[in-house]
Amino acid sequence: MSDLFPVSVRNASVRRRGKVLVGPVDLQLDGQGTSIVIGPNGAGKTSLLKMLHGILRLGGGQISWACPTEQAQRQQAFVFQTPVMMRRSVVENIAYPLRLNKVARQEALAEATIWAERIGLGGDALQRPAVLLSGGERQKLALARALIRKPRLLFLDEPCASLDGRATREIEEILTEVAASGTRLIMSTHNMGQAQRLADEVLFVLHGKVAEFSPAEAFFAGPQTDQARAFLNGDIVE
Amino acid sequence: MKHMLLGALAAVAMGTAAFADEMKMAVTTSFHNSGLAEVLLPEIKADLGLEVQLLVVGTGQAIRLGEAGDVDAILVHSKKAEEAFLAGGNGTHRREIMYNDFVFVGPKADPAGVAEAGSAADALQKVAASQAAFVSRGDDSGTHKKELSLWKSADLSPEGFGDWYNAVGAGMGAALNTAAGMNGYIMSDRASWLNFANKGDLALLYSGDPVLFNQYAYLPVNPEKHPHVKTDLVAELENWLVSDKAKDLINSYQINGEALFVFNAKP
Amino acid sequence: MQAAWLLVTLDADLVEITLRSLRVTLSALAVACLIALPLAALLAVRRFRMRRATIAVLNALMGLPPVVVGLVVYVMLSRAGPFGVLGLLFTPTAMIIAQVIIIVPLVASIAHQSLRDLWSDYHDLLISLNATQFQRICTLLWDGRRALLTAALAGFGRAIGEVGAIMIVGGNIDHATRVLTTAIALETGKGDFAMALGLGFVLIALAVAVNLSIHWLGKTESEGRW
Repeated sequence: MSDLFPVSVRNASVRRRGKVLVGPVDLQLDGQGTSIVIGPNGAGKTSLLKMLHGILRLGGGQISWACPTEQAQRQQAFVFQTPVMMRRSVVENIAYPLRLNKVARQEALAEATIWAERIGLGGDALQRPAVLLSGGERQKLALARALIRKPRLLFLDEPCASLDGRATREIEEILTEVAASGTRLIMSTHNMGQAQRLADEVLFVLHGKVAEFSPAEAFFAGPQTDQARAFLNGDIVE
Repeated sequence: MKHMLLGALAAVAMGTAAFADEMKMAVTTSFHNSGLAEVLLPEIKADLGLEVQLLVVGTGQAIRLGEAGDVDAILVHSKKAEEAFLAGGNGTHRREIMYNDFVFVGPKADPAGVAEAGSAADALQKVAASQAAFVSRGDDSGTHKKELSLWKSADLSPEGFGDWYNAVGAGMGAALNTAAGMNGYIMSDRASWLNFANKGDLALLYSGDPVLFNQYAYLPVNPEKHPHVKTDLVAELENWLVSDKAKDLINSYQINGEALFVFNAKP
Repeated sequence: MQAAWLLVTLDADLVEITLRSLRVTLSALAVACLIALPLAALLAVRRFRMRRATIAVLNALMGLPPVVVGLVVYVMLSRAGPFGVLGLLFTPTAMIIAQVIIIVPLVASIAHQSLRDLWSDYHDLLISLNATQFQRICTLLWDGRRALLTAALAGFGRAIGEVGAIMIVGGNIDHATRVLTTAIALETGKGDFAMALGLGFVLIALAVAVNLSIHWLGKTESEGRW
């Protein structure tokens, strides 16, 4: 399969019941690094991510990947803000994407076991019903499940929102490894420290539009828009 | 309809339970309640290897089942309905097999004085006069038709009756239950009455008037109208029913020491 | 009491009637599930124009009076009717057909409710994972199996106690189409309450077993087991 990058987003928007959730957005993203999406609550970060991934249908404009859309979708994965726990055991949850790809059951479970151990849910936890996991464990499971297909592009929607310091660090470690091995990350977060730690470039979203899009160093040294500056300061931005 | 097709498929899949020789016959509840069938059916199976599946319904429905061709033969006791059935080309002929009789049943205290009646018509007139509770089959059965013809011969019309006349639209057993429940009068065939397990306060008060005799006849369904009918099995059963063996079984059938049926088939 | 005696000694008629009841109702349940469960899953995941209308009709069909279903099936299967040539009237097959028609809306409705809830949960994930329509349905049916079993048990409960339709299309023929409910009606009509009560006990036992199972299944749900 050919690489899906660069992707060009032109005048893309998503509407619901006549209201514009996000857009119009014009972007060009290449295939390297980690992009962090920040912005106040309700600005449209989640909608932007879902729109890029294709789960929200476009109300206007277009998103053109470098390869056919179908192929592009198969190379992406998404970690939702509230991860979906399927009514199955931990290891079966993680193996699910492989089973969808018609990988044999034993093989899929074996690979899922490796990932489970990597995120700290190995041993006894493997057979535990996923619905019984804690918040942090759920996030880690969702991450493993997203990574098991070795996606080229991984979206994450505030993956550490309700996690304590230790869990956050564990996840960031995995993300750094994954990014280093070539996976493109597009991630939203509220944690400015995390943003600074992980970002190569920053998208600042306000009122459903990308107000600023710059390399991380430049952004954190001195953002261009007033709202971005206020936001970094910790002020409430509307 | 998808359901029907799937049901049919299921039928084919399961329908292998086809018995070697079987036929369907509609009989009246009065006949069934007598218990005679429990005696005859096993003998028929032993002698002919034939399983007779009985649909126990009122005469009216038995006639309609015969007309629709949903059964192979009918055994009923209502000459007028039978003749209409034949006139309509639904049956080949009628063969008289046996007769029993109807009786009047009512509360032991007998407020209407039915026990002193001189005839069936007289008994009914007494009931109407006293307006005592009376239960009618009301289901278009042979028994019901008989009851209506008796009211007519007593110069009375059920249409004009008050609340004391209850038409229940049910079989003999259920009607007897209702009569026992309301301690009322009812006309029943003797067999159903003798076999009935819930007599309560009721007793047999009047019988014997020849007009109360009740002729059973066997009518094969017409194969010209319904080619699927199992004519040879139907004929086998008919021959058996008029045979000497059947004669013995029918005449000797008793409930509590009382004979119920009189065999009167002509060879 | 005489009724209890019949039960304890496993009276032959009682056993025959009970087994036939189970055979008819379980067959009807199997066929009904084959129709209703995939239908419920399809209605949950697929968007099409008539969807809301279909769901509304399905819910309404639950209110079909069983005896009317029996009447319609009778008319269809009678020799005088369109499917008469199949010769199915007054056979256990006719009873199965009638019961299938009665319980499909019930099973489909209950299953659809649960599957719809499950789907709204799984929706984003399965779409993100590029699951095909077929894969989505299979996943829903498998992960929702507890709810589906509950729907099936509800269907069983409804069918095993039904008497009107199967009386009409089965004819209550001794040793052929007589089942628990029709036998109870018959024995009561004859005034033979001992046998009727004996049959009634069996029926009650079956109904209670079904309801206890539904309750137990509900418990395992909250405990997160399977």
